[in-house]
Amino acid sequence: MLQMTGAELIVRLLERQGVRTIAGIPGGAILPLYDALSGSTTIRHVLARHEQGAGFMAQGMSRVSGRPEVCFASSGPGATNLVTAIADAKLDSIPMVAITGQVPLSMIGTDAFQEVDTYGLTIPITKHNFLVRSARDLLTVIPAAFRIAMSGRPGPVLVDVPKDVQNQLVAFEAYPEPAEREAPPPFDLTAIDAAARMINEAERPVLYLGGGVVHGGASQQAVTLAEQAGLPTTMTLMALGAMPIDHPLSIGMLGMHGARYTNFVLEEADLLICVGARFDDRAIGKAAQFCPNAKIIHIDIDSSEIHKIKRAHVGIQADVAAALEALLPRVKVQLRKRWLSHVAGLKTRFPLQMPGAEDPRSHYGLIHAVAAALDDEAIITTDVGQHQMWVAQAYPFRRPRQWLTSGGLGTMGFGMPAALGAALAEPERTVVCFSGDGSLQMNIQELATLAEEGLNVKIVLMNNNSLGLVYQQQSLFYGKRVFASRYGRPLDFVAIAEGFGMRGVDLDASENPRATLAEVLNEPGPCLIHASIDRENFVYPMVPPGGANTEMIGG
Amino acid sequence: MEHVADPLPQAAFAKAVLELEVSNHAGVMSHICGLFARRAFNVEGILCMPIVGSDASRIWLLVFEDQRLEQMLLQLEKLIDVRSVRRHGAGHEVFERLEAFFH
Ligand SMILES: Cc1ncc(C[n+]2csc(CCOP(=O)(O)OP(=O)(O)O)c2C)c(N)n1
Repeated sequence: MLQMTGAELIVRLLERQGVRTIAGIPGGAILPLYDALSGSTTIRHVLARHEQGAGFMAQGMSRVSGRPEVCFASSGPGATNLVTAIADAKLDSIPMVAITGQVPLSMIGTDAFQEVDTYGLTIPITKHNFLVRSARDLLTVIPAAFRIAMSGRPGPVLVDVPKDVQNQLVAFEAYPEPAEREAPPPFDLTAIDAAARMINEAERPVLYLGGGVVHGGASQQAVTLAEQAGLPTTMTLMALGAMPIDHPLSIGMLGMHGARYTNFVLEEADLLICVGARFDDRAIGKAAQFCPNAKIIHIDIDSSEIHKIKRAHVGIQADVAAALEALLPRVKVQLRKRWLSHVAGLKTRFPLQMPGAEDPRSHYGLIHAVAAALDDEAIITTDVGQHQMWVAQAYPFRRPRQWLTSGGLGTMGFGMPAALGAALAEPERTVVCFSGDGSLQMNIQELATLAEEGLNVKIVLMNNNSLGLVYQQQSLFYGKRVFASRYGRPLDFVAIAEGFGMRGVDLDASENPRATLAEVLNEPGPCLIHASIDRENFVYPMVPPGGANTEMIGG
Repeated sequence: MEHVADPLPQAAFAKAVLELEVSNHAGVMSHICGLFARRAFNVEGILCMPIVGSDASRIWLLVFEDQRLEQMLLQLEKLIDVRSVRRHGAGHEVFERLEAFFH
């Protein structure tokens, strides 16, 4: 017979689940759990400076490991501070388990100190959530939380544990087995046959890959399918890296800031093979005018995505890797010379324009210079704004999980703590966070965590002293009425970095920015690299809000 | 100018009765009602009782058959606490027999 408190039980179950790093911040209602965690010899705790930072660190770990990772927060403000990071994980289907302290059971509903209805708050932003009402329930709830987070379409799960439940003694015979991913649902082979037939018969097919290909570990199968059937392949923001960007069949990212030729190729497609993507509005523009002549094959693990935005001619609910494996032997080898040479012609006529790409002091040039100083082992994160789109357009992503960005929720403040998480999960890699001055200030306190942990994270700050993407929208679509998008005072970010205890380098002051980048990026440890960017640089091409993808402006 | 979609005139649609079997615990109703409320999908009637001799409850929902119902069913099925969803025609007797209580 084993006997322990609920808090100790949680820690043992997390250890058995293979959790090795937890980010969080303690507070009254979660102190029993922290006390138990202090006795763990296998789990390391990383003390964040804001719970949102802890949530994004857990996400950063999950996004590179593919496993559910854990963050802790106390009740009340601790839990509300986590909310953004949880919602972000939901929209990007990131497996994560958030554990929050709660006021004692008997005080729930009394407006007790630091009481908030965490369960109610997180219903719409989690895949599932639990309010644990006895320590014994932890034996089923903790494994269930991990199983749910990683099975099917991944997502965040929250477990709210009242303080008295953490302190309650529970006796039990044996630990439950650590959770495993549930077997994916069986799928319909006649639908696979139908899909194969459509691919074999199509004249102008396009393969459209989404984040599900990365989550499902299906990149290799997707590339093989493209090569076998001669499919030009586009990727969503979330799928960048699923096919190397310089692969001859890659036509790059589609959508609002995709290259013109990419959106034109889609316009002409007679078959769209959508794998692990969800026809998001930023990717497809006006839904009714997207791929107007194409039949659609849609493969996704989440059946509610199929037919949600666009009616599919063949819809297959399946693990994308398994479905692609089944598809491969049924698909003919085709060279598709005519279609591919037409695609190549469009690419020559309407390429992605990257003005200034040779100049490391320009936005595209800086991104290229950073890429040139790194190899494909590096992990790249971004914040949200113009810099994010420029990196998506210009960085040569060549492997899945190389690229971490907040796609669905578009959360400023994601990039730096997510980079910390990535470095915690894979400390041997260099992690580079491209950020904007607006976004960096959203979670700037985590520079303290970064400096303390001494992680190999480089922040490349593209500073235009403004909320650039907002400035761009006001300039283009609001009659140049620029309001609340420029900062009144410039900040000294190099001094800020130094103040937090890490190196800061001003690229503006460097005689030879390429050499400085090569030196700084290859020196281990944290560093902030500051580069001024002209505010008048906009992200082009751009599909105006509400427009069809073929109605791009600029670029 | 952006066009703001008018709410669907639901009264024009036929009704359907949904029968859900769910885990019997305090949070289930919030999960289910939240799905409908957020999409402004009107639920006309709702009835929930524990299933005798089990750890499950049965929920009956009276809803409109608008074009989003298919998607609503898929979203319901995704909820971890929802074990099954069945769809009946509006003629199902469960709400008809209750009508006497609503006069
Ligand atoms: C938390 C949050 N608040 C507001 C926004 C809206 N928003 C999108 S981009 C942007 C500006 C980003 O500025 P910055 O980080 O400096 O990047 P830049 O566009 O200048 O590259 C804003 C305010 C957001 N995405 N996230």
